[in-house]
Amino acid sequence: MPITINDTPHELPDDPRVSLLDFLRHHAGLTGTKKGCDHGQCGACTVLVNGMRINSCLSLAVMHDGDSVTTIEGLGTPDAPSALQKAFVEHDGYQCGYCTPGQICSATAMMQEIANGWPSDASDDLEGPIKPSADEIRERMSGNLCRCGAYANIVAAIAEVAAEDAQ
Amino acid sequence: MKPFRYSRPDSLDHAGQLTSDADARAIAGGTNLIDLMKLQVETPQQLVDINTLSLGEIADAENGGLSIGALATNTATAAHPRVRSDYPVLARAILAGATQQLRNKATTGGNLCQRTRCYYFTNIDQPCNKREPGSGCGAIDGIARLHAVLGTSPHCIATYPGDMAVAMAALDATVQIIGPAGERSVPVRDFHRLPGDTPEKDNVLEAGEVITAVTLPAPVGGKQLYRKVRERSSYAFALVSVAAVVEMDGGRIARADLAFGGLAHKPWHDPRLSELLVGEEPTAALFDKAADLLLEDAQGYGENDFKIPLARRALAATLAEATGAEL
Amino acid sequence: MEQDKPNRECLLDKTPQATLGKPLSRSEGLAKVTGTAPYAAEYPIADCLEGVLVTAPFARGTIDSIDKDTCLAMEGVVAVIDDERLTSRPAQGTAGEAPVQKPRQIDYFGQPFALVVAETFEQARHAAKHLEFTFTADDLSQVSFDPEGTESERQEETRQGDLAHAMAEAKHAVDARITTAGHASAAMEPHAAIAEWDGSNLTVHASLQMLNYNISEIADSLGMEEDNIRLISRYVGGGFGSKLGISQECLAASLAAMTLEKPVRVVLSRQQVFQNIMRRSETTQRLRLAAGADGALNGFGHEGLVSNLPKESFAEPILQSSQFLYSGENRLLGLDVARVHRMTAGSVRAPGEAVGMPALEVAMDMLAEETGVDPVELRLRNIPDAHPVEGTPFSSHKLAECLKQAADSFGWEAGPRKPRQRREGEWWIGTGMASAARVHNISKAKARVTLKPDGTALVETDMTDIGTGTYTILGQLAGEMLGLPREKVLVELGDTRFPRGSGSGGSWGASSVGSAVYVACQGLRRELASRAGVNEDDVSLKDGRIANGPSLVDLLDGKDLSEEGFYEPGDIDDDFVAAGFGAYFAQVRVNRFTGETRVDRMTGAFGFGRVLNQKTARSQCQGGMVWSIGVALTEALHFDPQDGHLVNCDLAEYHVPVNRDVPELDVIMVEERDPAASPIQAKGIGELGMCGGAAAIANAIYNASGARVMDFPMTPDRVLAAMP
Repeated sequence: MPITINDTPHELPDDPRVSLLDFLRHHAGLTGTKKGCDHGQCGACTVLVNGMRINSCLSLAVMHDGDSVTTIEGLGTPDAPSALQKAFVEHDGYQCGYCTPGQICSATAMMQEIANGWPSDASDDLEGPIKPSADEIRERMSGNLCRCGAYANIVAAIAEVAAEDAQ
Repeated sequence: MKPFRYSRPDSLDHAGQLTSDADARAIAGGTNLIDLMKLQVETPQQLVDINTLSLGEIADAENGGLSIGALATNTATAAHPRVRSDYPVLARAILAGATQQLRNKATTGGNLCQRTRCYYFTNIDQPCNKREPGSGCGAIDGIARLHAVLGTSPHCIATYPGDMAVAMAALDATVQIIGPAGERSVPVRDFHRLPGDTPEKDNVLEAGEVITAVTLPAPVGGKQLYRKVRERSSYAFALVSVAAVVEMDGGRIARADLAFGGLAHKPWHDPRLSELLVGEEPTAALFDKAADLLLEDAQGYGENDFKIPLARRALAATLAEATGAEL
Repeated sequence: MEQDKPNRECLLDKTPQATLGKPLSRSEGLAKVTGTAPYAAEYPIADCLEGVLVTAPFARGTIDSIDKDTCLAMEGVVAVIDDERLTSRPAQGTAGEAPVQKPRQIDYFGQPFALVVAETFEQARHAAKHLEFTFTADDLSQVSFDPEGTESERQEETRQGDLAHAMAEAKHAVDARITTAGHASAAMEPHAAIAEWDGSNLTVHASLQMLNYNISEIADSLGMEEDNIRLISRYVGGGFGSKLGISQECLAASLAAMTLEKPVRVVLSRQQVFQNIMRRSETTQRLRLAAGADGALNGFGHEGLVSNLPKESFAEPILQSSQFLYSGENRLLGLDVARVHRMTAGSVRAPGEAVGMPALEVAMDMLAEETGVDPVELRLRNIPDAHPVEGTPFSSHKLAECLKQAADSFGWEAGPRKPRQRREGEWWIGTGMASAARVHNISKAKARVTLKPDGTALVETDMTDIGTGTYTILGQLAGEMLGLPREKVLVELGDTRFPRGSGSGGSWGASSVGSAVYVACQGLRRELASRAGVNEDDVSLKDGRIANGPSLVDLLDGKDLSEEGFYEPGDIDDDFVAAGFGAYFAQVRVNRFTGETRVDRMTGAFGFGRVLNQKTARSQCQGGMVWSIGVALTEALHFDPQDGHLVNCDLAEYHVPVNRDVPELDVIMVEERDPAASPIQAKGIGELGMCGGAAAIANAIYNASGARVMDFPMTPDRVLAAMP
């Protein structure tokens, strides 16, 4: 089975060494997904696989046949940005922009994780309802490094969209 | 990354056959193995993708326990209703480790087999007896900040870096293994090895053996805590961690199952602590005695000397929180 | 124009467009958030080969031979490049000439000496790990790695009066030894280059901060004319000093492309970025403060030891702001450099003050305790009227305002302070503060502004936007000058086909290139005035027309109108001390059992001249404050004592702050115009946010827990060790 990326099927690579990240960037031409560390230590390569966020650098493309991958390009375009993409622009939730696609993919999945009621290290109660508080967002977004230091604005952007979603 | 053959077994037996080759590695989440393959620390000639096997289930086990499939992701485990209600120390430990992205891929079996974060192990330009037996240990006279203070050997002072297994050790969980010789069970407390003179072997898994599940015993009452001391507030390996399952009865400690991360080549469980603590009133003096016992053979290597007093304090803080004692 | 006098009456305060300073969102924002902004390695270039650098597994010696044939026999390998022109070190910022080349002479562990080129990245990465070579490594006992045990040379010294005497006679004296760890820039985008060669012209897509210097560095390294080189860096995934000068991948990709006559991409691995790119030197500093009963300084001493490789002129300039920040008649400031075989030391965000100011501000906190004077008041009492040695006046000085406004916003309780006064559960809670100071830098710059027949404007310069907001602020600046809304101004950056800008570095980009745009727009305004037949001084431009006059479209009459602006700092440099000032206040909690520290909240107030965009400037301030948290709590390079290699060469073990480390950050931008800093009265803000902030956290740790930690970063083990 092929791999589906942003609703388009792609053939898997012959070389099993190709990471999902390099497959996206070099084979599928989708350079919105960034390589920051290539070792699962920065989150810049975060994409959604079957709706779950993962570090695409620590996964081999051949392990994803039949999977559905959503990258930043699949979340929105300059003409039709997603709510989170718009909020990141409005709140200046980035500076150099390199970690940004990973941040936004991560935040997109995070919204669903909170909706699922999954706890985090910041949750006081493992079994209670989870609210997208600033503390929860900070912990849940800690897998995405931002060296420019836009964290406060990233949290503000996500909190705004979470609040809109809650209405 | 060296070239390798990629294969998908169609059964557990098949997986066992494929992984019995010394140059083969099973891959599940891949978050640790691919990392190390890129560094050429791991150079398998064959990669056996076991994700197609049905080992992801989390289900009630006999005697009221819980069976967590080897391929259950850390996310699924930490979010499972019974883990959250009956084994909170496990949920807490998992959630204190790594990031959501990594936990979404990392599996029970893979996490148990996670290799050390020792800087000399992950750098192929450095000597390391674990990576290359006989090449020496760069850490002993080098930067040993992350390293072990208990159970070390002159050949290796690496630590087991994970959190999940520390909680499982406190809970006295059991690793279910299948292999050429059939099925066997190993307590998590005995699954990881001390380095001795064969630090290349992290655990007791033999060639061709595959972890199928981890079984948690029936839940117990009391308090379950996981305290992780780290250099960042998130996304950092433990300097020291403590998993505790503690029950009180009439002002005295009725149960104190403790395990420690960051201190040794394995999740550290010292049965003498429970013997010392149970039946006693929780006091600062008692916690001190427990720490004395825990750390009586502790040895620092310069950079990691701090772990000895830190473990003492982390233990006291955890016991105080669990028992309600004032410190 | 050359600026030799203050520009007190700035046109920008009279223009009616009112776009400058507004908190507009970044013009390139949608490209960044949708992943469509191309960074260096991402240009779609057909048949691009992949190169991976090979690095030395020893700290000093020589590579004797390289077995190319075995490597070339590996699958997909096309070439092994070991050209003598490969650069072995990165160029220092503003070098404008070749860095050290001699690739086979190894000066630090992990130095690259060859490039393996293959058809795919996977093939190249594998082959690079298997290139066979022979080498002669120097006896480790003969190689210095630790600056503390190495003979050093004094690089810089300022003496006035007799500090030792002042210390001996002082009512209150502080003599403190403070260390700071080495730092990595750790920009999120690894250093990368794609080179293309057409037989006579070289094009390099690179991730660089200062194309105006970088083009000279590449030309000099290759022995080529600049006219035959084009550098493109439209988007740079963070710089922080690490991309000021060209680094090893630029020449490697260029030489491979020229040799193979095919495009070649070279991206450093994250480990290679750590091992090869500029580190900030570790420092050991001695602060001596002598004061009277009222806290007024009579003696001021700041000395430090830093390190670098042999032959490098850069020495972490920790004394820069100490020269003028506080008074004190008797002064001794000195900087020593030890030569060690660690990777090149160079600029990392806010070189100098990033680590010099935290040390000074910890010593000031100790003096405040010693004298019993409130820490804010102590600083206010010691603000000098002019440069304490040279007597030069300050162009503008906002330290007092920053201290007062930030204290007010933070809710600082002035008065006697004692540690360990507040506890919540396991956590000690306390507050601390520190001053901020950063020298003002400015550089010559060119920019071209063209009015298009449709009434839009185009700004072109080879200046870069490394996340600082250059695209946006230059659009606002040109819009303000030409009476155009920002949407009508297109800004093109990062291409050496455009006029030479200043480059991004030393916080000088906005004021330098901004001034060039200002000068170009002045020229355009003159021409428009003349065409409209009005007096130049009376021209008022708004929304595409001259007030009560013709529209730009009419005045342009179907043709472009273009003006190149050139700005250059003049004698004014000698007439004034120009600097950015500020203040930080932090509240932290310190775990009484584990020594872990969390920052609860932080306030920063900064005066940096005219604010060109409230939103992007605020973000710059916040970024600096986040770096302050890293300096204070988490960031440290660890070097192996035996062979000198960098031990924690990845982002798992070099701890840049994560989201959860950072609380809400309260930023106050203090109103200021600095007429001597630049024609547009602006100074820099990229670095000021981290010039002392770590001390506010350190001082808060002390106030919370009683742990006076003298070593940055203040990791749990150090806090515990210092706790009473």
